[in-house]
Amino acid sequence: MTAALALGDDALVLSHRLGEWAGHAPVLEEEVALANIALDLLGQARTLLSSVGDEDELAFLREERSFRNVQLVEQPNGDFAHTIARQLYFSVYQHLLYGRLAAGEGQFAALAAKAVKEVAYHRDHAEQWVLRLGDGTAESHERMQRGLDALWRYTGELFEPVEGLDLDRQTLGDDWLAAVTSVVRRATLTLPTGPQSGGWAAGAGRQGLHTEPFGRMLAEMQHLHRSHPGASW
Amino acid sequence: MSSSTDWPLWEVFVRSRRGLSHTHAGSLHAPDAEMALRNARDLYTRRSEGVSVWVVPSTEITASSPDEKDAFFEPAGDKPYRHPTFYEIPDGVKHL
Repeated sequence: MTAALALGDDALVLSHRLGEWAGHAPVLEEEVALANIALDLLGQARTLLSSVGDEDELAFLREERSFRNVQLVEQPNGDFAHTIARQLYFSVYQHLLYGRLAAGEGQFAALAAKAVKEVAYHRDHAEQWVLRLGDGTAESHERMQRGLDALWRYTGELFEPVEGLDLDRQTLGDDWLAAVTSVVRRATLTLPTGPQSGGWAAGAGRQGLHTEPFGRMLAEMQHLHRSHPGASW
Repeated sequence: MSSSTDWPLWEVFVRSRRGLSHTHAGSLHAPDAEMALRNARDLYTRRSEGVSVWVVPSTEITASSPDEKDAFFEPAGDKPYRHPTFYEIPDGVKHL
């Protein structure tokens, strides 16, 4: 139950954040790309949340404290580089996670086998952009570095234990760091040096503690359903 | 959306599931070939239209001019013998 909620909420919340780019992306092509990624994540969220309850009730009627997503995915979009930094950190993690789950025989094996192909594309999309922004102009380089630095302290939470997820978190974290380091170096950027976890890091989303912007995001995400209960297209 | 005008235009060709050749699907803007391929995937194959995608810089395409249409295409119009249907098949021809 906890694991399905955790993974489902990660996908749901990031999907909503990416959806916020609709109408605001720097170019039309990129808007479609971000919306595609958001829809992939929404599909994953629906499968995961439906496995533990009514998907609409879980998405639209839960209070902030009941959400189990990591704080990384609820962080506001910021500029495009900030969003890409969030995408890099999360999609590399999700790709490695789903790869492991797909190879196992647990309750998430079937979902992960399908989702791992979607997430491989999300990861590729993020990596391609990190390379271009990092190794682009002086301004894109600076913005990309700023995005990586600002979100670094939310990455430790990705490797905290989740009830019902039986996997080697140590190697997951090691593989993630190696993959992220490789992309960051190729992009001529610098891997952030601050703590990923501990006193000065963030991250208690899995326990239901969220950052301030999350409340505002939920208000927007939930208000239609709460204003018109049971409404349909 | 102003920066899209700085990016070159690419023509997209998609080979469908049952098709043997790539067919022109449309065009898009992208900073380089790799990104053009990814954008093409998102814009033109999201409903399982294709199994293979080509992207070609629009500037690399040399097109026939509409002004030369007559000189280019008219002469073929009155030469029905270039079509196989012009010829009658003699009786008794096998394996045709």
